[in-house]
Amino acid sequence: MPSVMIRQNDSGQLTFYVSKKDLEETIVSMEHQGPDQWGGEVELADGSRYFLDPLEAVPRLPITLRAKRL
Amino acid sequence: MTTMTREETEALIQEVLEVYPEKARKDRAKHLTVNDPNVEQSKKCITSNRKSLPGVMTIRGCAYAGSKGVVWGPIKDMIHISHGPVGCGQYTRAGRRNYYAGHTGVNVFGTMNFTSDFQEKDIVFGGDKKLEKLIDEINTLFPLVKGISIQSECPIGLIGDDIEAVSKKKAAELGKAVVPLRCEGFRGVSQSLGHHIANDAIRDWVLPRRDEDNRFETTPYDVALLADYNIGGDAWASRLLLEEMGLRVVSQWSGDGTLSEMELTPKVKLNLLHCYRSMNYIARHMEEKYAIPWVEFNFFGPTKIAESLRKIASFFDDKIKEGAERVIEKYQKEADAVIAKYRPRLEGKRVMLYVGGLRPRHPVGAYEDLGMEVVGTGYEFAHNDDYDRTIKEMGEGTLLYDDVTGYELEEFVKRIRPDLVGSGVKEKYIFQKMGIPFRQMHSWDYSGPYHGYDGFAIFARDMDMTLNNPCWDKFQAPWKKAALAKAA
Ligand code: SF4
Repeated sequence: MPSVMIRQNDSGQLTFYVSKKDLEETIVSMEHQGPDQWGGEVELADGSRYFLDPLEAVPRLPITLRAKRL
Repeated sequence: MTTMTREETEALIQEVLEVYPEKARKDRAKHLTVNDPNVEQSKKCITSNRKSLPGVMTIRGCAYAGSKGVVWGPIKDMIHISHGPVGCGQYTRAGRRNYYAGHTGVNVFGTMNFTSDFQEKDIVFGGDKKLEKLIDEINTLFPLVKGISIQSECPIGLIGDDIEAVSKKKAAELGKAVVPLRCEGFRGVSQSLGHHIANDAIRDWVLPRRDEDNRFETTPYDVALLADYNIGGDAWASRLLLEEMGLRVVSQWSGDGTLSEMELTPKVKLNLLHCYRSMNYIARHMEEKYAIPWVEFNFFGPTKIAESLRKIASFFDDKIKEGAERVIEKYQKEADAVIAKYRPRLEGKRVMLYVGGLRPRHPVGAYEDLGMEVVGTGYEFAHNDDYDRTIKEMGEGTLLYDDVTGYELEEFVKRIRPDLVGSGVKEKYIFQKMGIPFRQMHSWDYSGPYHGYDGFAIFARDMDMTLNNPCWDKFQAPWKKAALAKAA
């Protein structure tokens, strides 16, 4: 369960950043995009998939969350 | 020799790798590549931030160096204790040339060395008592000190001292910041982890100190200058431009910086990040916790400076945008004069770099402004994200080398024969003896500043002074030269 930071980059895409693993990837898809649920399964540009416990609302970015590797 | 083609460079890498045993060759091959600016992600072509191979000569430092030497050391009104044996601090004392203003030994302490000077008995019985005593002594001898940081050297982690407990106790007693750092040299693969540990300590022990305190009067134009270490006055040359365009620089991290500037940084509107590698962690943290955006910029050479000033201004209103244009217009004339003077003397010269956090890519623009070309570059301790940024800056076919070994760098230089090599002091004399002009690019070879328009003039002069120095054609004894000329 790495701790990841979700952030919006300059071109408006969501990025997925794990400092310990030196990983910064853009998110290509996210299961729940809001408004009343946000998170779930995410897929990164390199094809790897993670799971974020869904939040009740769209959070203020950046935000640090725990993610599970799928 | 003219510029090498991609195939030639690839062949060169193979040739250099030849001497290694098979396992080492396979490992090193991943760290060497020929640049292709179209590659989106560096991890597809180069591996970085891995443990150096045993047996090779690496040029890296340790986590203590990253924390004490780079991030914390320049905070001038704090005393940084090199906690452990005397050598780690003493042999690196004042070596980085981070300039600062103040009276050393009275209200600032930058070039002094403080150490707990561990002896056998401290290793056997633990050093916490000694540390407490040391902190008391510091506070008596230097009452104007604003805070103390404890920079762990290797033994501290091995003997299991509790420096956090000492810090909490002493901080309460003295009413000053006492910050423990677990930056023992054996942690991580290079100094890079030291930067990270140092950033985390700032996050946990410094920034929250003024969270509730809103007495500081802010303006809409407050910025912080992050990750400029004021080598030879770099941060001063940068700060001038920012102030001239109408911004207010609240804090400098950490060159010529103070503890209170650091504490006030969460009140600014924008964080300006020069060296991405050493401080991106804290910039990301402040973005999350205090909603302060951050922007990377590059103050080497007029082209990049103008680009960066406009980028920074885009975060503010028209007043700052006009300010940026005014600054660019005012200094462009100066820069043009510098280029007119030096470009004819430097045009077409080829450079190879091998440095640390930002210098393998940031000065490329400055060299290009002078008509020079960077044909090879590499980092001591970069991560993937640094190479992501580098690939785009570099031309097709540039040689990239990560954590290059002493042998590889020498071989590359021998074969490519660049007109100038820029690296550290350990490499300097090797290349000078080969007859290749060399600049020490960590401490600007006792020169600087190189940032900003003022710095560019000095940069150009230094490159010219080194490259066109008359000594380079005196390498052969006159009678041997005469013989050669006759034979020809
Ligand atoms: S590796 Fe350890 S002993 Fe060596 S300089 Fe770093 S902290 Fe000191």
